Amino acid sequence: MDIDWIYGLIGGALIGTGGAVYLLGNGRIMGASGIIGGVVDGSGRSNMAERVLFLAGMVLVPLLLSFTVQRPDTHVTSNVWALVAAGLLVGVGTRIANGCTSGHGVCGISRLSLRGIVATVFYILAGGLSIVFFRHILGWI
Amino acid sequence: MQKWIGFLSGSLFGAGLFVSGMTDTTKVQGWLDVFGDWDPTLAFVMGGAILPMAIAWQISRRMRHPYAGQAFPAASGQVDRKLIIGSVLFGIGWGLVGLCPGPAVASISYGGMGGAVFLIAMLIGMRVAPLVRSGLDRFVAAE
Repeated sequence: MDIDWIYGLIGGALIGTGGAVYLLGNGRIMGASGIIGGVVDGSGRSNMAERVLFLAGMVLVPLLLSFTVQRPDTHVTSNVWALVAAGLLVGVGTRIANGCTSGHGVCGISRLSLRGIVATVFYILAGGLSIVFFRHILGWI
Repeated sequence: MQKWIGFLSGSLFGAGLFVSGMTDTTKVQGWLDVFGDWDPTLAFVMGGAILPMAIAWQISRRMRHPYAGQAFPAASGQVDRKLIIGSVLFGIGWGLVGLCPGPAVASISYGGMGGAVFLIAMLIGMRVAPLVRSGLDRFVAAE
């Protein structure tokens, strides 16, 4: 892991600054699942341009960095069934819970929101058990 | 104005996900895998993100309204079953592949076919979530 934690800290600070800009600028919580979900299910009609431009920045900056700095490997599995199942679970789950790692995790915990803290505890526990089950018991991933 | 604040915020978010290595699924799964070769990076990312965000919440208390918006978000609501059920479903998927919504979008330009398949499935999941949500509401109401 050598110096990965420094990149983690710097990257985290950038993520938190993005959230701070969104809160103090627009009065909104920077939650990826909420911003994407509002576009997909039509519930975000009132501020669609803001959502689409948010997502454009989120895609364009990593695209530029991947050409200029380095092209990272996501090491994502090639198991199509795992990808489809996980994608559906993440999509449905984050929308039912009304938040994901950014909304409940970063933005919720930082305001000591009980919902944010409880959600984070449950998705981390479920994630940990998921790894134990699929990796260590079944040996699929 | 709000649109461009959204663009700036999304750009910072995307840059942070890229720099932190959070679009690398081995790092995320490595953090969740406490019984394997544990990778602490995600904890540093969370800590690094929560600090500026906590300061922003404090500043927001001293502002009448957001710079370009009407009002700050309302206080967060109650913990309910949907929060727990949704978070558990999300966590299972997150552990299985190592992607959550932010990194899935941010890595789309270099995530290959696997990233694309995950993203499409996630968007479908988000599209049908309102149906699942109302189903859950009816189930709970019937109890």
